[in-house]
Amino acid sequence: MARITAGVGVSHVPAIGVAMDSGITDQPYWKPVFDGFKKSREWIKDKKPDVVFLVYNDHCTAFSAAMIPTFALGCAAEFHPADEGWGPRPVPVVKGHQKLASHIAQSVILDEFDLTIMNEMEVDHGLTVPMSIMFDQPEEWPCLVIPLCVNVVQYPAPTGNRCYNLGKAIRRAVESYEEDLNVIIFGTGGMSHQLQYKRAGLINPEWDKEFLDLMTKDPVKASKIPHVEYLREAGSEGIELVMWHVMRGALDEDAVEIHRHYHVPASNTAVGHIILENKT
Amino acid sequence: MAADKEYDDIPGTYVFDADMSRKGYHLNMFCITLRLQKGRDAFKADESGYLDSFPMTPEQKQSVLDRDWNEMLRLGGNIYYTSKLAACDGLTFQQLAAMMSGATNEEYRAMMMAGGRSIEGNRYKSEWEDK
Repeated sequence: MARITAGVGVSHVPAIGVAMDSGITDQPYWKPVFDGFKKSREWIKDKKPDVVFLVYNDHCTAFSAAMIPTFALGCAAEFHPADEGWGPRPVPVVKGHQKLASHIAQSVILDEFDLTIMNEMEVDHGLTVPMSIMFDQPEEWPCLVIPLCVNVVQYPAPTGNRCYNLGKAIRRAVESYEEDLNVIIFGTGGMSHQLQYKRAGLINPEWDKEFLDLMTKDPVKASKIPHVEYLREAGSEGIELVMWHVMRGALDEDAVEIHRHYHVPASNTAVGHIILENKT
Repeated sequence: MAADKEYDDIPGTYVFDADMSRKGYHLNMFCITLRLQKGRDAFKADESGYLDSFPMTPEQKQSVLDRDWNEMLRLGGNIYYTSKLAACDGLTFQQLAAMMSGATNEEYRAMMMAGGRSIEGNRYKSEWEDK
């Protein structure tokens, strides 16, 4: 059967993608950011996932204000990197696992999570930056990807608790799929950052570190953090962190922390990263 | 009058909720056309003519022409949409953030390098009123 063996939490700051695409990752500004991903790249090379289930948010790219699905699952054969206003990122086309994606859609909908199914979707930096962080710059991505796009742009985003329980439903779906597949789940976005108005540039490292601690030690408590706390303590865009709960819900409660990285700043944002593995 | 929202007391922040989304709908739908080259070319060729093809309010159109980034947000613009306009102008997100927060690029960049804007004194509107 298919199994979710590990989870990755990681920021998806667009400037990280720009730094890689323009070859400046060795510059003093970027080096400490990328040094923290060295171990992650070795780890995932060793883990050889067949499929990455990637939870991210679209930044008004594939979805305009005309349509705002709370959860949209990518069921297409492939997903092209989108032009977000600067031209598309020079990264490989993302290939989906259509059969597993449709199976997950069917399973979680019958499990009472009413997803939107996307048979055509472009993907923005929210998805491609985590891929670049974990897999560097290959000619082709070394695994298939199932994107789950979560609305965090228009308030309210789904609650942390809803995301956590969706993670559990995704796990049940994956484990009821016959083929032997190694699936790693990514929860992306955050950490503390505010991109708008007079409080732009807000960073709250103490809060971020506590959040990372809770990811390992008390994911249920983390999933209960109310929206207003993200908005106030982690900035208006820090609410992206609800997506990490989908990842965490799909893992064992006693999953083990393999790696952690935290750095300020990348552009306007605190970069946070954690790798968690199930014991068995 | 809508009931008070629990996030209304956060300073220097617009929470893009349904009220803001309704208000800013056409402004945001204009901005998203700038995602693609076709829209960017049409806008650059004739800014006000292009804006007139959207049912935006006169205030919204003026805020775009003036590149008054905070005014756009006040009128219902969302940062992920207005940032498409900034990208069209060749601005980086950090330059945009500097302008919105009233700092020079150098000041803003230095603040970020020093760890960002502190949460201390920036949680509640009441903390800003004392300044």
